[in-house]
Amino acid sequence: MNTGTAAPGSGISRRRLLVGGAGLAGAGAAGALAVASLAGGDAAAQATGGGVVPFHGVHQAGVVTRQDRLYFASFDVITDDPGELHRLLDDWTVAAAQMTAGLEAGEYGAVGGPYLAPPEDTGEALGLPAANLTITVGVGRSLFVDGDGRDRFGLAARLPSALIDLPHFPADDLDPARSGGDLCVQACADDPQVAFHAVRNLARIGFGVVSLRWSQLGFGRTSSTSTSQATPRNLFGFKDGTANIKAEEVEELDTHVWVQPGDDPGAEWLAGGSYLVARRINMHIETWDRTSLAEQETIVGRTKGSGAPLSGGDEFTEPDFAVTGRDDQTLIAERSHVRLAHPTVNGGARMLRRGYNFTDGSDGLGRLDAGLFFIAFVRDPRIQYVPMQTNLSRHDVMMEYLVHTGSALFAALPGVPDGGSFADALFD
Amino acid sequence: MNRSIPILVVAPLVLLAACTDNDTASGSDSIAVTSTDDACRLSTTEAPSGNLVFDVTNDGSEVTEFYLLAEDGLRIIGEVENIGPGLTRQLVVTAGPGTYVTACKPGMAGDGIRNEFTVTDSGSAVGPTGAAGDLLQSATEQYHEFVEHEAEDLLEKTEEFAALYTAGDDDGARAMYADARTHWERIEPVAESFGDLDPRLDLREADLAEGEAWTGWHRIEKDLWPPADGYTAATADERATLADQLVADTKELVERVEDLTFTPDQLGNGAKELLDEVATGKVTGEEEIWSHTDLWDFQANVDGARIAFEVLEPALRTKDDALAEELKTRFAELQALLDQYRDGDGFVLYTDLSADQVKELSDAVNALSEPLSRLTAAVVL
Repeated sequence: MNTGTAAPGSGISRRRLLVGGAGLAGAGAAGALAVASLAGGDAAAQATGGGVVPFHGVHQAGVVTRQDRLYFASFDVITDDPGELHRLLDDWTVAAAQMTAGLEAGEYGAVGGPYLAPPEDTGEALGLPAANLTITVGVGRSLFVDGDGRDRFGLAARLPSALIDLPHFPADDLDPARSGGDLCVQACADDPQVAFHAVRNLARIGFGVVSLRWSQLGFGRTSSTSTSQATPRNLFGFKDGTANIKAEEVEELDTHVWVQPGDDPGAEWLAGGSYLVARRINMHIETWDRTSLAEQETIVGRTKGSGAPLSGGDEFTEPDFAVTGRDDQTLIAERSHVRLAHPTVNGGARMLRRGYNFTDGSDGLGRLDAGLFFIAFVRDPRIQYVPMQTNLSRHDVMMEYLVHTGSALFAALPGVPDGGSFADALFD
Repeated sequence: MNRSIPILVVAPLVLLAACTDNDTASGSDSIAVTSTDDACRLSTTEAPSGNLVFDVTNDGSEVTEFYLLAEDGLRIIGEVENIGPGLTRQLVVTAGPGTYVTACKPGMAGDGIRNEFTVTDSGSAVGPTGAAGDLLQSATEQYHEFVEHEAEDLLEKTEEFAALYTAGDDDGARAMYADARTHWERIEPVAESFGDLDPRLDLREADLAEGEAWTGWHRIEKDLWPPADGYTAATADERATLADQLVADTKELVERVEDLTFTPDQLGNGAKELLDEVATGKVTGEEEIWSHTDLWDFQANVDGARIAFEVLEPALRTKDDALAEELKTRFAELQALLDQYRDGDGFVLYTDLSADQVKELSDAVNALSEPLSRLTAAVVL
């Protein structure tokens, strides 16, 4: 059942009962508990062996978790009615809690509903485990104000000051059809079908209120976010994200990732949230593959095999940018990627990256349309992303093999507490 | 499917190697070299003639180098430099039977820690060690002449073009634009090696950072082929400034080129980079988005790559005749394809090409680029 078209009196959807609209705030708490207890059996059973990531919490899940598959979707809100937007976020909350618990979406799920009605859940995840599914929701600048600065849903006063329009970076070749958006959903899981199922069902619930603007399937997680995880490789074949902020670095997360109370007096609602930078970065992998190993390593600043910095040591040895070799040249080149992206040349700025490799088939010229779907979570993109990307886009030799084709910045909502809704932060 | 067999064979090796810091799959007959602050240990001091592979690991605390020297201890047969502490680098050299000297040089100072090394006769023919050296010397000299010549032609035509543009002769300037740029595109990797001049001369609008001043060829290109709306034409003063800057920067390029010296690997890599330029910029029509004269640049890039190949060809023939033949064939095939789009003194516009024709060109570029990427290692080895 699609709540967007549900007629009053057509039967009580559990979604409605559980969270309901603004008028049913009281029922919300009980409802979410019901979902939690419903999930309880499976969740407890799978928790020991992994499989279910708790949906509720101070922060949204899907930032420090380590799943290997991504389906990312950006939506335009097509209604003018704040009430409809509010209800959609409530409905998404219920469905997200269900699906992340490994349950089917909706009251009757995929096969338990009326025989003459289309199933509520689309069904392709039937029999699959929760696969550590996380669903992370963010809001774009364009949700608050339109291109002319007009308030769209009475939310303009809540626009976070760091939720900017990202500037044009040198060599950007952005496709508007792969950029921007009012809302985003980042679904991550160990199984691509589970992630796809999540986005598909949320998009379906949203018909009439939101419209899918662009989406991106990702595989092969780059940038480890846990010290227990080996650093994965990007499509250049190099380990990517060795120096990433890790889940275990709790203080670093507070310093660099989570928006803190008092950061933005005009948008206190975002405390506990984060900023999500998404960049679709195409790689010219064919020309890269024709580059000598020596040049590849010089460009990256690390060895391809072990990932050690060229200044020596092993993968986790801090790069030493001062060590020189022949002719007093530094072993790690001035314009190498590792140096230009390093916190020491970016005012100490760090970020939590969770990029995914992608391929969208081929480009019509006999080459793979492939690259890195870069995602980073930061506390303030104006400080932690924009200066670094400007530096990289201008100076990084690797840019010869990269072209940024999509871009978006979202404010990832704070976590949803038990009984809460994605809508709470925005509307309460 | 034929991939599954090597993977099965390699898998146990990878497992064994996983605990070391380097798991590249070097052959079992490679020679392990361990360089420490006060020792240079080799797993063997004798090997059969042919290709020798040294895996040099730096177990010391300083940056190290490794050399294979001729018996006299002076002539360098092969070297690997800048090995950071804890890292492993590979040196591959071709060596005939004889006595050699190995040297580790921790700290990169002095004569290094030396040992004698013997290459026995494996029975398979190996060209005289270092015989390609003279041919390579000649190659780099020829290439330098070519680059100088192109830079001078570039300056001459740039001055002519700039004068037409400043004088407001748009038709004249448009007619010269692609022809003048040909000389830039032929030596593009050399020009690009000047990190300050290249952005001033050849930056595309999309390459700019916000608020950055735009100068050079493509700025003028847009003014000569302006978009239908939303564009304000340059004033006479602006034209003069842009044209003067273009000429001044080109003059500086010519001066700097005179002082350059080239190494064989720069030639080989330069050829590869020229084809990369074709693959990422010209074959997609992104280089000349206003004039659509991408095929002129395409031809010029291919010319530059072919010259680099041709000057290296005598040396390559002594090392890998089959690669030389393949490259000759691929260059000819690509040229034949490009010739189909000649129009008068130049070419048809990029926008006149069909999607299928672009695909065909792209495939021919890939067919050439792949073997061309092996040129450097083949001649330098």
